[in-house]
Amino acid sequence: MSGSHAHALYYHGHSAVHRLAPETKLVAQVLFVLTVVATPREAFWAFGLYACIVLAAAAAAAIPIGFLLRRLAIEVPFVAFAFFLPLVGQGERVDVLGISLSVEGLWGAWNILAKATIGVMASALLASTTTTAEFLTGFDRLHVPRALTSIASFMVRYMDVIADDVRRMRIARLSRGFEGRWIWQARAIGQTAGALFIRAYERGERVYLAMLSRGYAGTMPEIGEVRATPRQWLTALAPTFVALPVCVLAWMQRS
Amino acid sequence: MTEPADQVARGPALEVKDLAFAYPGGTQALFGVDLAIGRGERVALLGPNGAGKSTLVLHLNGVYQAQVGWVRVGGLPVVEDHMREVRRRVGIVFQDPDDQLFMPTVRDDVGFGPANLGLRGDELEERVVEALTAVGMEAFADRAPHHLSFGQRRRVSVATVLAMRPQILVLDEPSSNLDPASRRELADILRSLDITMLMVTHDLPYALELCPRSLVMNEGTIVADGPTAEILADEPLMAANRLELPFGFFPALADAERRQGGGRSTER
Repeated sequence: MSGSHAHALYYHGHSAVHRLAPETKLVAQVLFVLTVVATPREAFWAFGLYACIVLAAAAAAAIPIGFLLRRLAIEVPFVAFAFFLPLVGQGERVDVLGISLSVEGLWGAWNILAKATIGVMASALLASTTTTAEFLTGFDRLHVPRALTSIASFMVRYMDVIADDVRRMRIARLSRGFEGRWIWQARAIGQTAGALFIRAYERGERVYLAMLSRGYAGTMPEIGEVRATPRQWLTALAPTFVALPVCVLAWMQRS
Repeated sequence: MTEPADQVARGPALEVKDLAFAYPGGTQALFGVDLAIGRGERVALLGPNGAGKSTLVLHLNGVYQAQVGWVRVGGLPVVEDHMREVRRRVGIVFQDPDDQLFMPTVRDDVGFGPANLGLRGDELEERVVEALTAVGMEAFADRAPHHLSFGQRRRVSVATVLAMRPQILVLDEPSSNLDPASRRELADILRSLDITMLMVTHDLPYALELCPRSLVMNEGTIVADGPTAEILADEPLMAANRLELPFGFFPALADAERRQGGGRSTER
């Protein structure tokens, strides 16, 4: 796949990871994150290894580490919550730099921080190597109901068109002296929303006519019949296969 | 464009007889439309807003069905029984490419029609490439439609219909909103297609350039049918049907230029 048809998280490239069938990446991603989450929090070394796995995958995909790290910004609210935990936690307490912290809270904070960071990095890696269209194809091949994938694909297709409508209506309002600052101007915003709804509805009707004209008979044709090869599955699942024994070892060490 | 006699002999590509239609609200849009278009002809459908042009177009592929009279496409009546074949034979390119292109990528969109006809795999891909090549957009198959320019989207819209290998191409305002270069490029593409064409347009120079024959529609009926140059030169007819030539445009001069094969518009 090439071209500028990507979402904001996408990093354009032609690596082996970019070329993997999307359904294999989706499954591998979910299994990897489950493995990470299932790992006991005491096994510091295990999380170190997971981080190495993600970084190795990023290297294979030729994604700059800086690009992935910037994507971690989405994690910030959870991190803030994690830092809060040691302060309010119950039970045994330790003094760090003169601040009394809860031991249980510290473990909780570490748990969230480690698992969320690795999970977000893995997700960012998936998002940066997979286009929106590929995601839809992947879900379709994983037998997500066609109605759901169709709705998602229409959403993807028309989001920009509708955003454009909103932008034009806003400019038209501004051009006629609307400031959107006073409460009595709220009415115009409401009317804009109403007009937008009508426009979207009418467009839906026109799109449906265009679909009918091209032989649409109630069901979307299957997007892709090509199945991922066993080799592709193995490649995509490789990080998960490495992560699984790490998780098992961590549990054995604990008991 | 003159069509070989043997093609005409096989009967018209499109026949409409005594077609009348009223919308459920009671507004009557068509009052007995009669027309026939031969195979390989390129015909312009002219007329003011509200003349019934769009309503007529939606009858051609059975989105609306004849209440009175009938429509035949290549001899096949437009009725529920063989709607699928009718919709394969008649390809409509709608005015707004954002209505026509609704899939996440150009390839999926061009493949939508043939996939509905049951094509899969290599056969489907072949159709997609063939149609995109016909409009010069084969390099854009993996793009998302909303990342193309307006002119490119209009061309892909034409490809989505060509992919079904229709017998008749119906275009609703093909030159609207195009910049002059895109308008000319589209004209070159349309001229290169070997297909029967019906073009609904307000762009009279475009009609003269591409369509040897024109139909004028007003108030739900066909009021004139003849060579485009003659219709555009008929001032009383034009005035009676709210048709106006652009400033400085002289149909006789332009037509002479077209016949000589000269002029900017026919450059490749």
